[in-house]
Amino acid sequence: MARRYDQSTTTFSPEGRLHQVEYAIEAINNAGTCVGLLCTDGIVLTAERRVVSKLLAPSKTSEKTYTIDDHVVALVAGLTADANILINQSRLGSQRHMYKYQEPMPVEQVVKSVCNYKQAYTQYGGLRPFGTAFLFAGWDAVHGFQLYQTDPSGNYSGWKATVIGQNNQAGKSILKTDYKTENKVEDNLKVAVKILLKTMDSSTPSPERIELSTIRRNEDTQQIEHYTLSDAEVGALIEDIQAEIEKEQKKEQASTGDI
Amino acid sequence: MDHLIGLVGDGYALVAADRKVAHSIIAVKHDEDKILKLDGSKLLGCVGELGDTKNFSEFIQKNMALYALQNGTELSTHAAAHFIRGEISYALRRSPKLCNMVLVGYDKDVGPSLYHTDYLGGMHKMNFGGHGYGSFFAVSLLDRLWKPNMSLDEGIALMKQVFVEINTRFLVGGSTFTLKVVDKDGVRTIDLGDDEMKA
Repeated sequence: MARRYDQSTTTFSPEGRLHQVEYAIEAINNAGTCVGLLCTDGIVLTAERRVVSKLLAPSKTSEKTYTIDDHVVALVAGLTADANILINQSRLGSQRHMYKYQEPMPVEQVVKSVCNYKQAYTQYGGLRPFGTAFLFAGWDAVHGFQLYQTDPSGNYSGWKATVIGQNNQAGKSILKTDYKTENKVEDNLKVAVKILLKTMDSSTPSPERIELSTIRRNEDTQQIEHYTLSDAEVGALIEDIQAEIEKEQKKEQASTGDI
Repeated sequence: MDHLIGLVGDGYALVAADRKVAHSIIAVKHDEDKILKLDGSKLLGCVGELGDTKNFSEFIQKNMALYALQNGTELSTHAAAHFIRGEISYALRRSPKLCNMVLVGYDKDVGPSLYHTDYLGGMHKMNFGGHGYGSFFAVSLLDRLWKPNMSLDEGIALMKQVFVEINTRFLVGGSTFTLKVVDKDGVRTIDLGDDEMKA
C-alpha cells in the first residue's frame, strides 16, 4: 500500500505520512552512533567513527565532528556527502548573522536555519530529503550551553542528553540510569564512552574508532573551547570503563552464587 | 535644520530632538516626534531627508519586531546598531537613505550605550553625540560639561542647558524639544517645561 505513495517526497500517503522522509530517517539508524551530554560546565560529545579499511589514509579532518563556528559544533549521523552540504549551509548561516549583527548567532537560530533548509526538501522541488541527522552543540549568551538534535524532516528538539545512530535505544536506556544533570564535564566523559562501548558492534574498542570532545567556556577569556581528546586520553577512559564493567559483572556473578 | 543630541549617564541614556518640520522657508509643524521607540529598550533619533527618515526608521523597527517574534528574544543594542549601519551601507550605492541617527539603548549586561551613525554608514559608539547645526553647539557644551556616570537629574539639566544654547545662538530660533530616556525600566518621554528653554 505504501508503495504507491512513497516515490515522491511531495505526496502524502492516505494515512497522512511522508514515506520518503521516514525512509531518510531509517538511513540514519544504521549510521555510526553519536552521543551528546549537557553538563553544568559544558558539553561532552562523542561519536563512533566507522573505519572501513586499514588501507584508508588517516583523515586529518573528522567525518563525524564539525566546527560550525567558534561557538557551535555539530556531530553527524548518516550520509556524509549530504552532511557536507548542510554543514556548509549552517556555516554560511552563522557567518551571515555575524556579518549582519556583529554578534555570534544564537545556537537555536543556527539549528533553525539548517532545519528550515532541510524542510524545503520535504515539501517542494521533487528532490529527496537529506539522509542526515545532527547533534548541534554550543554556547550563547541567551541560553548558555545547549544541545539540539535534528532529523531529515527538518524537525529539531533541545536535549539534556541524547543518542542518535545505531543502537540509540540501548544508548538512551543507559542515559536513563547513568546521566545526571548535575554532572560536570569530567563525570560525563565516562558516561559518554560507556554508551559508545555498548552501542558499538566492535568487541575490541580502540581510541581510533572513537571521537571524543568537550565544549567548555573559559570565564577569563570568554572564549568557547572545543577540545578533542587525544588517543591516549580516550584509551585511558576505555580502560577505566572496561574495568568498571568487569567489576559490575563479577559482583552480579558473586551475588547470584549466593542462595 | 533638525537638531539631534544624545548622551550616556549612570544607568541611562538620553536622546533629544527638536520638533520642527520645515519645507523651504515654511515651518509646517512644531510637534513632530523624531525619536522612534525601536523596542522596549532602544530609542532611535533619526533626522535628515523627510520620507527617508520615517521609512527607514520604521523599516528598522519592524525588522527588529520580526526578529523578536521569530527568535523569542530582542536584539542587543550592539546588534541593532550594526544591523542599522549595515542597511545604510548596503543602500548607499544603490538607493541611499539620507538618515543621520543616534541610537541609544540599555542592555542588562552592558548598561546604557549610544551609537552615532551618519547617512554614509559611518558609525561609532560614543558617550555623547549629535547631528545637525544644533550638534555644533551641543557637542561643544558637552565636551566641557559631560562627565562619566552623571545622575539622571544632572543629565536632564545638561540637556536643558544645550536647548537654551541652541535657542540663544542658532540663527533659526524658537525650537522646542522632545527628550526621551532609556534605562533598566525601559523607555519613556521626559516632560519638559517649554518656557525654561527659550533664549
